Amino acid sequence: MSKTRVGILALQGDYAKHAQMVRQLGGDPVLVRSPVELLKCPGLIIPGGESTTMVKLLHKHELWEPLLKFGQERPVFGTCAGLILLARKLLHDYFQPLGFIDVVVQRNAYGSQIDSFIDDIKVIVLGQEKIVEGVFIRAPKIVELGKGVEILAFHKKDVVMVKQNNVMASSFHPELTNDTFIHQYFLNEIESAQTIRK
Amino acid sequence: MKDAHDIKLKIGLAEMLKGGVIMDVTTPEQAKIAEDAGAVAVMALERIPADIRAFGGVARMSDPTVILAIKKTVTIPVMAKCRIGHFAEAQILEALGIDFIDESEVLTPADEEFHVDKWKFKVPFVCGCRELGEALRRIAEGAAMIRTKGEAGSGNIVEAVRHMRSVTGGIKRIQVLSDQELVTEGKKLGAPVEIIRKVKELGKLPVPNFSAGGIATPADASLMMQLGAESVFVGSGIFKSSDPAKRAKAIVSAATNYMDFDLIARVSEGLGEAMPGIEIKEIPETQRMADRGW
Repeated sequence: MSKTRVGILALQGDYAKHAQMVRQLGGDPVLVRSPVELLKCPGLIIPGGESTTMVKLLHKHELWEPLLKFGQERPVFGTCAGLILLARKLLHDYFQPLGFIDVVVQRNAYGSQIDSFIDDIKVIVLGQEKIVEGVFIRAPKIVELGKGVEILAFHKKDVVMVKQNNVMASSFHPELTNDTFIHQYFLNEIESAQTIRK
Repeated sequence: MKDAHDIKLKIGLAEMLKGGVIMDVTTPEQAKIAEDAGAVAVMALERIPADIRAFGGVARMSDPTVILAIKKTVTIPVMAKCRIGHFAEAQILEALGIDFIDESEVLTPADEEFHVDKWKFKVPFVCGCRELGEALRRIAEGAAMIRTKGEAGSGNIVEAVRHMRSVTGGIKRIQVLSDQELVTEGKKLGAPVEIIRKVKELGKLPVPNFSAGGIATPADASLMMQLGAESVFVGSGIFKSSDPAKRAKAIVSAATNYMDFDLIARVSEGLGEAMPGIEIKEIPETQRMADRGW
């Protein structure tokens, strides 16, 4: 079986950390900076970084429209800034996000860098519950949750990972931990989506 | 555990700033221009390095009014500078809720022997270096990001190149040393052997390595990224040029797509005048900022 190819949006941010994790799981990470590179990938990770910077570069590099189409068909996973980009709406409307997940997100909801933290979170996928390390860096918060949204993780009472159709997102950074659980789940999503398409 | 958490969060933020441009700004208006151009962070200052150079005298931490006004204007991370060894300025910046502190040679050093003990802070620090030993000493003190110094406010890339090549050359050298040779290498570099072992294992610094000091054009940004920088700081290069907004956007594009030369060629068109540069030899040795810090 050939390695599962995973696109990683590499305009800015910690894309190298995601690539490292995909490689560790036996996948084939492909850095995506153009529409041509995007369309070669069966799934895409949007990394952490600065969402305002990414939005500007997505428009500038003509990736916005192709990404809108991509997310309707193929698996996408966003972390932190990725969650912000995938949301339906942002509190204070800094910009219009891609809108794949019916949530309203507040940017920098916990404060400045000194309010960044690490704490246990409870992940619930495929009926399994697992406690993993949640790394929250100038993290966003989900402040409104739409009806069709599946909850994949909690930190205390806050929902910190969600999924709608083929698109999932977390407000924390699994790529900054040694736990490959969440990335493995996303790789499986890509593989099963590929099987269905075939 | 708490310390391990702290350094993970500090380096984590540095990771988020990779592949981007951090811009020096002195007013909320400039900060807005930087954010709109796609900067990943801004460095809040009273004066940019070129003006610090022209102004002379003792350069200190900026007035909190300036820093707070800038912090209020943008949503991207805000950095600010403290003097080398001036831990009280650092404590004040932490109290202001700054996201990253630059213990910077651009300001006049407060301590000619000791840098700030950066482990004591919850806020991450970036420190300058000219060669590998200096970088590793700063990491040993708790820096979560390294930037090669270059020569701030010069508009001349030559020192930035020299320092980046020196760091990456030093890392390559460690790769070929045997374990037996590492302690002596530590003695030569003036750096702890544990961190040298880590560098050998990783093939890179254990924290992100950015470039600063002299970047004035999209081509300069591409050059530094190709030489191994993971992001670039642009100080005087943007707001000392004739069209800051346009130049800022062009440098952001070049840092992201540093190997796409068609694109860099396109964004380099019609940027107007770059900042006037200075030949390094014309800067008296006592006024060279890169030589501050040890």
